[in-house]
Amino acid sequence: MQVDTTDVLCPITFVRIKVALDEMETGQMLTARINSGEPLKNLPRSAEEEGHKVLGITQNADGTYNLQIEKCG
Amino acid sequence: MTFTNQQMERYSRHIILKEIGVKGQQQLLRAKVLIIGAGGLGSPAALYLAAAGVGTIGIADADIVDLSNLQRQIIHSTADIGKPKVASAKEAMQAINPDINIITHHGFVAAANINETIAPYDFIIEGTDNFPAKFLINDACVLAAKPFSHGGILRFAGQLLTYVPGQGPCYRCIFTAPPPPDAVPSCSEAGVIGMMPGIIGSLQAMEAVKFITGQGQLLTGNMLTYDALATSFRKVRLHQQENCAVCGNEPSITTPFDYEAVSCDI
Ligand SMILES: [Zn+2]
Repeated sequence: MQVDTTDVLCPITFVRIKVALDEMETGQMLTARINSGEPLKNLPRSAEEEGHKVLGITQNADGTYNLQIEKCG
Repeated sequence: MTFTNQQMERYSRHIILKEIGVKGQQQLLRAKVLIIGAGGLGSPAALYLAAAGVGTIGIADADIVDLSNLQRQIIHSTADIGKPKVASAKEAMQAINPDINIITHHGFVAAANINETIAPYDFIIEGTDNFPAKFLINDACVLAAKPFSHGGILRFAGQLLTYVPGQGPCYRCIFTAPPPPDAVPSCSEAGVIGMMPGIIGSLQAMEAVKFITGQGQLLTGNMLTYDALATSFRKVRLHQQENCAVCGNEPSITTPFDYEAVSCDI
């Protein structure tokens, strides 16, 4: 699953990730495209606070980031 | 049910709450709530439940909007004077949230129609202004096993109570029967401060949302009273009465019935 959050601001960024995760099965992986700055700082933490696992963060050529989340629970 | 981007944005402050989340918002969108009375209590309840995305909202009232309503019935506007309250309320709710389905019931609730009126709904908000209607709605909800919130206001005081079948007292457990007409406040005593129904009606909407989403503790088993002059809330523990005429062990009321209306209630 993939979700793009780079066209919206907090907290809609996190809402999109939360809704995407809700539609997935436990153990499945979500790739969220996120902006640098505040989203990069907060979204991994928010995902973990909801009980999910952050598997990694990689930078894209356009300066955005890919946040890999494993759905838990 | 998946959310559109617009729904994600509209309900974002609910979805990010752990207690509501995606699941709770879906429960709200699927829920059916009936608001009886499009007056002071019904105004904030209807507006907040519409804004919250309660998917089906019924609104019942027989009255038309009067200038004297506007000091407290904030769902109606000056331009609505003369319109049925249910029509005016529907317009205001739809303007806030075109995403929801609103059903209007223009008329008085009475023993003859109360059962069919409440049947389709999951939760009922009793926001009426007279004792006969309050007892009728209580009895019908108890007999049909429907949860409801009672709200009452007078002058600077307000109260509410939540009934859930099998989980505590009903309105009749506490008040037994309507007061005799001479004990009902006279016209000169029946004022109400405008914000009072705003507070109590909003609390009733909160109870509806907690019931729908299964979060927190409902007010069942308690009466919450608010004294605006003293700025104090009190939660009074109440018990179901074994001899209650409608929810007791040997109920004498087995079908809803009408009390005679008295004039000049608030
Ligand atoms: Zn009772």
